[in-house]
Amino acid sequence: MNKMSATIALAGNPNSGKTTLFNALTGAHQHVGNYPGVTVEKKEGTYILNGRKLKVVDLPGTYSLTAYSLEEVVARDFLVQEKPQVVIDIVDASNLERNLYLTLQFMELGVPVCLALNMIDVAETRGISIDVDKLSKSLGIPIVSTVARSGKGKDRLIATAESIIKGDREVRPLTISYGKDIDPALTEMEAIVQSARFLTDRYPARWVALKYMESDEQIRKLGHQQDANVSARLDRIVTKVAHHIEDTLDSYPEAVIADQRYGYIKSLLKNNVITHRKDPNRLFISDKIDKVVTNRLAGPLIMLAIVFGLYHFTFTYSEMPVGWLEAFFGWLGGIVDRVLPEGLLKSLIISGVIDGVGGVLGFVPLIMFMFLGIAFLEDSGYMARMAYMLDRVFLLFGLHGSSVMAFIISGGIAGGCAVPGVMATRTLKSRKERLATLLTAPFMNCGAKLPVFALLVAAFFAGSEATVMLIITLIAWVGALLAAKFLRMTVIRGASTPFVMELPPYRLPTFKGLAIHTWERTWQYIKKAGTVILGISVILWALMTFPELPESKRQPFEQAREKIMATAPPAVIQTLESAEEEGSLSDEAKEIKTQLTEIDLKEAETALQNSVAGRIGSSLETVSHWAGFDWRTNIALVGGFAAKEVVVSTLGTAYSLGEVDPEASESLSETLANAPGWRPLTAMSLIIFTIFYAPCFVTVICIVREAGSWKWGVFSMIFNTLLAFTLAVIVFQIGSAMGF
Amino acid sequence: MYKLPMRKMKKNQSGVISAVKATGELGRRIRDMGMVPGSEIKIQGHAPLYDPVSLRIMGFTLTLRNSEADYIDVEVNE
Repeated sequence: MNKMSATIALAGNPNSGKTTLFNALTGAHQHVGNYPGVTVEKKEGTYILNGRKLKVVDLPGTYSLTAYSLEEVVARDFLVQEKPQVVIDIVDASNLERNLYLTLQFMELGVPVCLALNMIDVAETRGISIDVDKLSKSLGIPIVSTVARSGKGKDRLIATAESIIKGDREVRPLTISYGKDIDPALTEMEAIVQSARFLTDRYPARWVALKYMESDEQIRKLGHQQDANVSARLDRIVTKVAHHIEDTLDSYPEAVIADQRYGYIKSLLKNNVITHRKDPNRLFISDKIDKVVTNRLAGPLIMLAIVFGLYHFTFTYSEMPVGWLEAFFGWLGGIVDRVLPEGLLKSLIISGVIDGVGGVLGFVPLIMFMFLGIAFLEDSGYMARMAYMLDRVFLLFGLHGSSVMAFIISGGIAGGCAVPGVMATRTLKSRKERLATLLTAPFMNCGAKLPVFALLVAAFFAGSEATVMLIITLIAWVGALLAAKFLRMTVIRGASTPFVMELPPYRLPTFKGLAIHTWERTWQYIKKAGTVILGISVILWALMTFPELPESKRQPFEQAREKIMATAPPAVIQTLESAEEEGSLSDEAKEIKTQLTEIDLKEAETALQNSVAGRIGSSLETVSHWAGFDWRTNIALVGGFAAKEVVVSTLGTAYSLGEVDPEASESLSETLANAPGWRPLTAMSLIIFTIFYAPCFVTVICIVREAGSWKWGVFSMIFNTLLAFTLAVIVFQIGSAMGF
Repeated sequence: MYKLPMRKMKKNQSGVISAVKATGELGRRIRDMGMVPGSEIKIQGHAPLYDPVSLRIMGFTLTLRNSEADYIDVEVNE
């Protein structure tokens, strides 16, 4: 090996402590990206060894190396294409038998493996002792005992890896005997592969033969492309063997191969390589916790308490920093307001840039705390228990037990946010269920929809706020689950993915792991705010500003202002212009000021109606009147695409109320309650529409990212809006017919 | 010793897997997790709605749906 930098790949089962070891090796020097074309996370970092930079890649955690799951294909392709100089396979020492199943597959692929026998301390307390030398000899690869949490064994592991990088050891693909039916066929196929140089530029010949025997889709497809003749010859041999195995053993080659691999592991571990001083299936602390935590009665109650705890933690502790950020952006806006002259540039910077980006960045502390809480639940192992307890319910709607977290975070208990909710679907490994979850989670009532509901409920359902809010929450859940079912029966059709899931032992998360986990996701959110979101805020600002009112339409307002000023005594005007605070004004001056503000607001309303957004709103009226919405509501809903709380402030502008604080919208609710065309049914229709229509654009961007294609982002906007409109029309029309 | 499909097994019952009849992705996932003929298992319990089931195998805890457990036959210890 020359001075060129080497690559170390970390591989292993989920929950084997792989990520902890990665964090221990690379610390803060890591970078998260995606593997090309897929949504699987790619984590890379650097480790400096004697002044030389080593690239460390954390491969996705897998149990096997088949072509069924995206993670496994990604890991396999990385090993074959990038050819890391060494693969550190992290195995859980207290769970050796199953972990070695993956190790054997690395060795069959012929990659240079070094085994990290991790969590050796846990294994010892469980009464498991492992003869490392014997195991190393019989496997033929170096083994180092480690405790990734404390960093124990890390240096020895790296030293061992280095010796492999230097090429001190010869690496040969492992050959396992698969019994009298398969072995002769494999030998025959290997010879064919070898002589035809069939895929041998990338894979060992016997491995190609083995994958054909396992009917591995990816390899068979590659093989068919390279040489259809050879591929067909191999297939014929496999079919013959498969028939024979079916007749004699009532099984099939893939199953026999797996059985033999486990048989091979069993024989490896014989002769006191591993000794159990305690019954391996006895109940350890983790299982005792589970007896309570997943208990039939206590389990669901504890789960509710934990979810409430997560909310409480997030909202209590993020309130202050969110306030600071709001104050900061308010201050920034104030400075710009003073420094820049009135005009378009000022409007663009304040309304487009600061309000838009500030509104998104203002959520950062909230999202950070939410992610911290989720990271804790995930790393501690509790998340897997939630999936286990709720799977039965979600399965009914074509989802997966792990969908629950995304729903709750998005606002399953009113007040979440769909952005972290959509990002939380990453814990879901099954593609179809994941897609259905991330498309329906935005139906939940996030914190930004709440001001809209609060406004409407206060205006039209005064006295029964709590009941109506509960109904709104229920509508969101039922709607989301049914929509998921609908999607799983139509566009994301297909059988449910197997559940088969490990319940990892409870572990106290490491501080470093939590910090890295939280920061990664938060940073992704911040990056979006700086780029795409900035662009879209500016576009929305332009829609609501241009075209400006023509001179002829502005004149009446100007004249009205002049008229008031002309009739007012000069002394009052002077105080009006010089006075900073309202309190110091005389009653007469206040009166005039109110009149002037009213004219300004009327002008703003007219300007909004004249803008592109206003025109869109007016032209939509022909359709939207079926749901009871006029042009003002339409503009507000278009604005709500930026962020749902904008619905309230835009309604304020449209009803000439000027700047409306979403938190204190009493005056707007009075106006609405008295406005012509508004009645409780209109409010209900608007509530329904708000629950279900297009997610805000930040969420849409997250959907695009998580689903891996713009198609799903566009789909969510169109599908959700159509669904929302249909429901709103049904409610409004049936309600009207019934005389509400 | 008698044979039972895994779904029919009660809490705390233990046994040795005698056959895995699942094919395709499910079959592969089941075997990847160590559920192959000859493996010892012990039923640990069920989720609050009686599905999925959780069991001990090779020293760790595994869960799977009842509909998936249907494909696994177990020689149950008395």
